[in-house]
This record gives sequence, C-alpha cells and structure tokens, in this order.
Amino acid sequence: MNVHEFQAKSLFAQFGVPVPRGKEITSPEAATAWANELNTPVFVVKAQIHAGGRGKAGGVKITKDKNAVAGFAKELLGKTLVTHQTGPKGRTVHRLLMEEGANIAKELYLSILVDRDTGWPTFIASTEGGMEIEEVAAHTPEKIIKEAIDPAVGFQGHNGRNVAFALGLQNIEPAVINPFVKMLENLYRLFMEKHAALVEINPLIITKEKTLIALDGKVSFDDNGLFKHEDVQKMRDLNEEEPLEIEATANNLNYVKLDGNIGCMVNGAGLAMATMDVIKLAGSEPANFLDVGGGATKETVAAGFRILLKDPNVKGIFINIFGGIVRCERIAHGVIEAAKEVKINVPLVVRLQGTNAEEGRKLLAESGLKLEVANDLWEAAQKIVRLTGKAA
Amino acid sequence: MGERGRKEDIVSILVNKNTRVVVQGITGKEGSFHATQCKAYGTKVVAGVTPGKAGQEVEGIPVFNTVADAVKKTEADTSLIFVPPPSCADAILEAADAGIKLVICITEGIPVNDMVKVKRALRGRDVRLIGPNCPGVITVDEAKIGIMPGFIHKKGVVGVVSRSGTLTYEAVHQLSTLGLGETTCVGIGGDPVNGTGFVDVLPLFEKDPETQAIVMIGEIGGDAEEKAAEFIKKHVKKPVVSFIAGITAPPGRRMGHAGAIISGGKGTATEKMKALESAGVTVVKNPAEIGNAVKKALGR
Repeated sequence: MNVHEFQAKSLFAQFGVPVPRGKEITSPEAATAWANELNTPVFVVKAQIHAGGRGKAGGVKITKDKNAVAGFAKELLGKTLVTHQTGPKGRTVHRLLMEEGANIAKELYLSILVDRDTGWPTFIASTEGGMEIEEVAAHTPEKIIKEAIDPAVGFQGHNGRNVAFALGLQNIEPAVINPFVKMLENLYRLFMEKHAALVEINPLIITKEKTLIALDGKVSFDDNGLFKHEDVQKMRDLNEEEPLEIEATANNLNYVKLDGNIGCMVNGAGLAMATMDVIKLAGSEPANFLDVGGGATKETVAAGFRILLKDPNVKGIFINIFGGIVRCERIAHGVIEAAKEVKINVPLVVRLQGTNAEEGRKLLAESGLKLEVANDLWEAAQKIVRLTGKAA
Repeated sequence: MGERGRKEDIVSILVNKNTRVVVQGITGKEGSFHATQCKAYGTKVVAGVTPGKAGQEVEGIPVFNTVADAVKKTEADTSLIFVPPPSCADAILEAADAGIKLVICITEGIPVNDMVKVKRALRGRDVRLIGPNCPGVITVDEAKIGIMPGFIHKKGVVGVVSRSGTLTYEAVHQLSTLGLGETTCVGIGGDPVNGTGFVDVLPLFEKDPETQAIVMIGEIGGDAEEKAAEFIKKHVKKPVVSFIAGITAPPGRRMGHAGAIISGGKGTATEKMKALESAGVTVVKNPAEIGNAVKKALGR
C-alpha cells in the first residue's frame, strides 16, 4: 500500500526524521490560513497523488507571496496531473501539502528496502539526489552506495558512518555527519516497526544552515504487515486506487486491471500470470490479472464475473481453473449459478483441469449455458481469442 | 533423528517414505484437512501441534502443545506449517528450536520484515526452511508434505522446482500425461524472502540419480532465476526446461504473490528468459509446452 507524501512526512516526524513544517490542505481558504500561521519567506504547494514526476507535470508551486497560495490551491485542487508514472489518464488531485521552503546547499538520495538477494534490510544512498535512482544505477552505478543492516542486532552506528563517509559528507558538510547517522537509525526503526516495504527520501537535502531535511518522502507498506498497524490502514486513500480493484479486495479477490480485452479468472497467482501470457501468445491481450485463490467458491466466482463485466474493455472471458484443493465441479456450479445472477453477454471459455474436472465439464456442458468448454490450456486460449475476434 | 538418508535404497531429495512429519496448526481447518490428505497419500504424519490442545487427536494423529513435545514423543524430523500469519514466524522458529531439520511452511501472508528476522535466525543452523507461501514438497509415491493434489503426480524422471502453486500442478499434469512423470516436486514459494531458493534445490536434483531432467518454473520479480541461470551454467549437466510467468505483467504492479513485482525495471520475464537461455536452459514461452519440451530434451 502506498501513502501520500504528507502522510510519509508525518511518519518521518513521528520517528524523529526532520521534515519541513507543513500541513495537508484541501481548500484555498485553508491554504491562506496555513500561510498566515506558517510565516515563512517561501511557500511550497505540492499536489498529493501516488505518483512521481509531479514537479515536471506542474503539480508543485513555489512562491514568496503568501497571498498567492490560495490561487495555487484553487488551480491544483481538482486538476488532473499526468506524469510518467500515472499513465495517460492521469490522476485527479484531491489534496495538497503546503510547507515552508528550504535553502538547499546539496541534494542527496536515501532509501531503505529489503534486498531480496540477502534478505537483509539495506540502505541505498547516493550523492545524486533529486534524480531518478534507476537512472543513476543504470548510468553511474559507482555512485550507488549500499549498506545492509543485520536484522539480528539491528542498526549500528558504524552502518550509518559507512554510508556518511562513502557519500563524502566529511567533505560536503561535516556538521551533518552525526545527525545523518541518527537519521538512518530512525529510518531503520520506522522501516522495521511499521512493516514498510520502501522508505525513500529524494531529495534529502543539506541546507545552507547546515541541517538535514527530508524535502520529499515516499513510504510504501507491505500489505501483509498492515494488520498490525491501524494507523497505517487509516492512511489508505481510495481515490488513488482503481474502483474495480477496491471491489475485488472487498471480495477477497486479487485483481489487477490491465489494458487488453480478454478478462481472465484463474486460481493461483502463477497460473493467473501464465494465463495472461498464453492469451498474448494466442494473439490477444489480457484485460486483467485475477486470482480467485485456493478457496474459490460460488460467491467468489460470481464476484469475479461482476468485476470482469464492469470493465467495458472486456470482450470475452476465459476461466482457467486447475483443481487441487478447489474441486472443479464446485467451480462449475459457481459458474452456472453466477451466470443466472450476472448477465454474461460476451463469449465465455471455461477450462477445467485437475480434481473432478470431468464432472465439472459435464455439468457445464449440460447447463445449457452459452459457453465453450476446454481441456487443454493452449486449446482454451486459442478458442477465446478466436471467439473474441468474431465478437469484435 | 529419524531415518532420512540412512537407508541406501532411498535416493529421493528432501523427503521420502521414512520422513516423519509434525503438522503445526493441525486443529485448524486447513491443517486438519491437509494433515488427513497427506496421511492418506502414505506420508508418515506422526504428530500435530496446537498450543493448549495436547491429548486430542486429528484422524488418529496425536496433538501436542509444543513442537518440542512432539519431537520427543514421536521422533518427528520434518514440520508442515499451517499457522496463520501473525504467529507463523514464531512457529517456524519453534520448529527449528525443537530440532526439526526440514520446515515446510504453507502459510501465505507473513509480513516480509518478519521473514527477514526468521531467515537471519536460521542462518548457520542445521535446518532447511521451504516456503513460506508454497504448496510444499512431494516425492512421488513416497511422501506428500503439502497441499498439492497427490493424484496428478506419476512416478517418473523429472524433478520440478517452482515459485508457484497451481502453475506447478499444470506442469506436473503435462509431465504425467506424457508419461514422463516426476521424482520430487518442490514449491519454493511466492514471497520475496523465503527459506530455500532455486540454487538450493537444483544441486539436489543434479545429484539425484533418479532425476533425469529438471523443470524450473519462475516468475517476475527479484533475481532468483538469474542466480539459477548462473548456477546451471557452471554446475548442472542434466537438461533443464524453464517457464517464466508474467511476460505480460506491467511494471510496478504486484501480481498476486508478494514477490511477483517488477521494480525499478528489474525482474522482468524477458531478462530472466535471456539469462536462462544463455545458460543452455530450454525456455518455453507457452506454459502449455512445458511437458513437450522436457520430452524433447530427453530425446523421447
């Protein structure tokens, strides 16, 4: 789960990581009121969406005039921002972060995540702050500094010093070395205690006043750890999520919307991905990833149908179930029941294999439903692609 | 503890007919169902553990309060875990502390940062963790220690190692239908931090005299497949056939499994396929062709 910059920064503040004084703003009036309270030479108004590249897309305004902030707030609220991370449709701005400006002397990059190779939390730092870290890694890998933290003992001072000296802070601004080490310790605590998947500060700045400030902040959380953190769950912003994905989550389905026109419903994440791939190989594009999980029932199948059919791009549906624990005849009953409740007006191919597959196929064949039954994965994929082609 | 590996006629990897299994979380819905299924397959399920329920039985399997008690009373050497995510890290460590040598964790949804600590705690100890978030391990006709449907497997010559569950069943179904059959199938799980990787299982298959070919099923995310490619290039002589799921997956979106995400432009299916091909692996683009590719690789 991702959160907004203002939420990330509130967590930073909670864990003792310095951030600019700022506040979430949702109206021009509130912007003016906060500007009066903030009383700073420079005001920064930042659109809050779950995507990077906001500056280039016109989502960040900087002004010395406190009377100008209301105008900026009015302009940004409700605006659709298109950045390289939002896709062509862009994202609507519903909230802003308004904060004090800072005197930047040097920009750095800092993040922490689990290195999958070692299984250890690892800091990544670079003197190339404010840039896309992937670009830095691709073009100047020598400028990427990594420091793994032993989870058995947690963060140690030397971990912080290793990063500080590798960055050359002794040459850039020695006064920030100790605060930097403390900041890493605090970020490590935040990362582990809140079950974060990524904590990123880009840029982390050294100010002309020789202090450190997290000028931007991004935190994403491990969905599997959310149950431990009510405060983090409250940060979820449904405006930032695909409505069909929200509905899927509410039905315990794992759904990701894609751009193709063959809707698929599969049990198991790996098989669901493979089903998408095989649709592409057969000459079409998948409309989604949908894993109905190991405990697929009549209800989950019906919910899956509803979600697939709400996507206007869907021109055909491919159900691919490999029965293990899930018994195919139950899935067949689910399909038949769901078809009664939900009007299915697109071609449907059902492939059942594994536990009680034959029984399931027989049920479907005798149901009188307009659908094609297949035994084999490739045969099924070709069928749905052919039928969808005809329908289009 | 146990008889695993003592008898010379046993050549399977990881588990066999002498493996003695304790099921942690046996009184839960999943635990009791699968303990029964494993037992019905012929697995020696000797004990179950649910704290506070010692003295009960599940389908004739005695339940203990602690893994330590179960090990002491039944000589269990392998654990199969169905404990829910909040207490699952604890359950894995309890098994290790009780002297269990092989821990197979089925549970899906353990927080990554909990697994980080577990993996660190197991380092250097004489215990192997398989999973979490995996279907388990089956040595055909000897022991099924997991949630896979036993009947799709046929004894044969192909070792299977996979990050996925149902996609593995798909591959196994093809191998069985074509008459090739399997030796052992190992699900290593779909989480970003897990106990056993491809590179841990590949050498076991390479050494196993019954395994003539290896099927390796990967997916997007991480670099386990790239690491496997390096290993295969240097150390694996047997033919390897591979499929990587997720060539159509967009970057930045998690595809069901916590580990299946393309991040920072890394972990794409195309990169993995290229690495494997350059290691001499037969990479199939169509998952329906896994079985046929193995058949061809074996010259049958």
